[in-house]
Amino acid sequence: MSPLDFVVLIGSMLAIAAYGVWHTRGNRGLNAYLKGDSKTAWFAIGLSVMATQASAITFLSTPGQGYLDGLGFVQIYFGMPVALIIIAAVFLPIFRRLNVYTAYEYLGRRFDKKTRLLGAALFLVQRGLGAGLTIYAPSIVLATVFGWPLDLTIISSGLVVIVYTVMGGSSAVTVTQKYQLAVIFAGMVTAFCLVVAKLPAGLSFTDTFALAGGFQKLNAVNFSTDVHQRYTFWSGLLGGTFLMLAYFGTDQSQVQRYLGGASLREGRLGLMFNAICKIPMQFFILLLGVLIFVFYQFESPPLFFNATLSHYLAAHRSDERLHAYETDYQSLHDQANRQLKEWLKARQDGDRAAAATAFAGALTAHQQGEKIRSEAEKSLSQISSTTTATDADYVFVTFILHQLPHGVIGLLVAAFFAAALSSKAAELNALGSSTTVDFYRPIIKQDATDQHSLVATKWFTAFWGLVAIAFALYAHLVENLIQAVNILGSIFYGVMLGLFVVAFFLRHVGGTAVFWSALVSQALIFFLYFTLTISYLWYPLIGSAACVILSIFLQGFFNLIGEAGNGNAT
Amino acid sequence: MKRFQATESVDPEADETGLPWLRTWNQVYLLVIIHFVIWIALLVALTDFFS
Repeated sequence: MSPLDFVVLIGSMLAIAAYGVWHTRGNRGLNAYLKGDSKTAWFAIGLSVMATQASAITFLSTPGQGYLDGLGFVQIYFGMPVALIIIAAVFLPIFRRLNVYTAYEYLGRRFDKKTRLLGAALFLVQRGLGAGLTIYAPSIVLATVFGWPLDLTIISSGLVVIVYTVMGGSSAVTVTQKYQLAVIFAGMVTAFCLVVAKLPAGLSFTDTFALAGGFQKLNAVNFSTDVHQRYTFWSGLLGGTFLMLAYFGTDQSQVQRYLGGASLREGRLGLMFNAICKIPMQFFILLLGVLIFVFYQFESPPLFFNATLSHYLAAHRSDERLHAYETDYQSLHDQANRQLKEWLKARQDGDRAAAATAFAGALTAHQQGEKIRSEAEKSLSQISSTTTATDADYVFVTFILHQLPHGVIGLLVAAFFAAALSSKAAELNALGSSTTVDFYRPIIKQDATDQHSLVATKWFTAFWGLVAIAFALYAHLVENLIQAVNILGSIFYGVMLGLFVVAFFLRHVGGTAVFWSALVSQALIFFLYFTLTISYLWYPLIGSAACVILSIFLQGFFNLIGEAGNGNAT
Repeated sequence: MKRFQATESVDPEADETGLPWLRTWNQVYLLVIIHFVIWIALLVALTDFFS
């Protein structure tokens, strides 16, 4: 990175953080720390909800998903519009009417203390672990950019986030997220324009799409009913609805964002803003990855984008077998490149037969190249245990560092940082709030004053930040980052959603029935996750359905016992 | 910890959208669904056309 990159990176990050601290300097109360100042307009809420969901992982890893697997990942968001409509129509009015700090407070009022604690515990476990992945993602960028050890990068960047979050509270989170999103969008739009500008001269818009489509990168919608396929229209629409309903409706990091609205209207419009914008936004981020794929068909891509694998390969060039992988891959890529140039010429000449032949040749060479890459990856993972991460997380970073001009590199690294800070701040703020409001205050210190609770929330926020760092140190063992976050959420969200569905819609079911049903359902989800190979998008649906159905049966059973007891008594 | 007064007793259905052409929340939700269907149609067309 050049001095210009550092100026852009450090200048934008410090300016936003300083503005957040300055803007909230007068906020000393617990309410402002937990919920903001409750004056937030719908646009700020919409951006805050978007910034909380779109972490650095979204902007770092999603283009890599597009590069490797095409547009299919967009299907995971198909359930979002329906889910957000349900939340705006049902969840939000109830939360606001009861004026709760956390979603789990509602469970306590509707059921009992143990159900509230269970809901909050499920949130703390999954979000606490997920927060680790949110720290890990930007750390990869830093480690790649500066060549620092990854562990040291995780710890140092995590500590920066903790300090910022503990000082800021919810009010500062919302204020800074607006400007952080501005940096993110500036970076992503600039990257998109530069990728388009870097495509070879003579490659038209339709040529680009025809090439990407020929390599199966534009398969956005898959109507297959095979439950083992990870991303399909059905898993996205049905499973995705439950996943999004659970995330936006029961995850405190999101609930806290829209509860800070000035009125019900502001919260609802903020959610509808996301219902409209999310699918187009994810589409363009994935398309960016697809365009990078097209770009690398005419440039030499590395055998591995993964920096760890690349460094290992560079350090072991004397190994003939590893060297052969590189030369064979390069040779096949050159072959594909030649065929694609012939395809382009034949296409422009209107020679369809020649174009089809050339493209088939390019496709065959590409597939052989991918086979070699896969073999090389397998060999390396057998040799070195530290080379487990996938390429998807490194594709965009590699492209940025090697292809974009100085200044833009700084802007994009700033965009990753902004995304990391915005989502991390919201997560830690929610974790600290829930620990205080749902555990500390009701169980440990019931007579806590507002000032005491504020200090306790700050300490708990710092605690969860440290837990996140500890988990992040082991995050390199998981597969592609964005999938890991979603898989983790899918395991817990179903039961959390089940608790709220029973609370909202099954008035006759009581706390004890839903509590035990939730525990059994969570155990069932763990069992299914380790035994089945179905797409993780189905688990929220299974978990919530199991919780709801079991609750009904268990309540019926309790009623039966009660009636029998009453009958015996009389 | 002091509890705050309930902020709203507004009927969710009676809550005004404040938007010029969409007076009820059901109209807002319908717009979101139409927007979603249009995007699905565009993505299906993209998939079919370039595969």
